[in-house]
Amino acid sequence: MAQASATKVGDLAPPLELPDTSGTVHALPTRDEAPATVVVWTCNHCPYALGWHDRIVQVARDYEDRGVRFLAVNSNDQERYPRDSLEAMRERVESEDWPFPYLHDESQEAARAWAAQVTPHLYVLDSELRIRYEGAPDPDHMDPGQDAVWLREALDAVLVGTAPARAATDPVGCSIKWK
Amino acid sequence: MREPRVELLWWEGCPSTDEALAILREEMAELGLDPGAIDAREVSTDAEARREEFVGSPTIRVDGRDVQPLSDEPIGLSCRVYRTTDGRVSPVPDRLEVRQTLTDAMKGGDD
Repeated sequence: MAQASATKVGDLAPPLELPDTSGTVHALPTRDEAPATVVVWTCNHCPYALGWHDRIVQVARDYEDRGVRFLAVNSNDQERYPRDSLEAMRERVESEDWPFPYLHDESQEAARAWAAQVTPHLYVLDSELRIRYEGAPDPDHMDPGQDAVWLREALDAVLVGTAPARAATDPVGCSIKWK
Repeated sequence: MREPRVELLWWEGCPSTDEALAILREEMAELGLDPGAIDAREVSTDAEARREEFVGSPTIRVDGRDVQPLSDEPIGLSCRVYRTTDGRVSPVPDRLEVRQTLTDAMKGGDD
C-alpha cells in the first residue's frame, strides 16, 4: 500500500537537479519557461514501469511541439539492484532512443523531497511549477489502449490554464528501492 | 489425481500478490485442486531471498517448478517481470502458463 505523499497537488514542486546518463545535469525549467513539465519516477526492472513506458514516451513525443518538458528519474538503490545502475540506465536510453533525459538520483534525495513512492509515479507541473496532477499514467498498466489517458487529460488541462478534472490518482507500481 | 505442492512466494514491495493469488486459486479450482493448499510465504529479507532462491515477486512454483522458465533473473527482493503469451510485460504470470504447470504436475511430470 502506497504511503500518503508529502507533496500534494497545488504545492510548488520541490527542486530537481540531477545528472542524466551522459553526465549532463538537468533541472526543472524556470518559471514560465515551459507551459507544462512532466516528472516521472521510473526504473529498469519494474513490470509496471516497463508496461507503461511506451505510453509515456508516446505522450512525450505527442506533446513535444507544445513545449512540454519531460524528465524521468531513477532513484533505486543500484547496489542492491544492479539493473538500475547508471550503466544499465545508459544502455537502455541508447538502445531505446528515449525522447527525454533519464536522470540518476544516486543519493535518493530527490525521491525523498518529492515523496515519490513507486515506479512509475507521475507529476504534472504547470508553468509556475505547481503540481497539477500526481499519480498513474492511466487506469491499466496491461492495456496499451488506455494510452496514458490520465496523463494526457492532465496535460491538456494545464496547457489551457485550467485545473485537471482528475487531479490525483493512486500511483501503482513497484516500491522505490531505498538504501 | 495427484495433488502437487503449490507455493506462492511474495514480497510486500510489489502490488501484484493479490492478483497472482487470485489467478492461482482460480486455476487450481478449475482443475479440481484445493486452493486452500497453497503455501503462500512472504519473503522479506535478502537472506530469505537467497534461501528461497527468490527471483522476484510473485513467484509461483508447482512441485518446485517455476511457472515461467527462468533466464538470468538475479536473486533478490524485487518485482518480477513476466511476459504474456502475446509479448506484453506483466507483473503476474500468464494464466495459461499457471494452468499448464499445474496440469503437468498432476500428471506427474512436465513431459
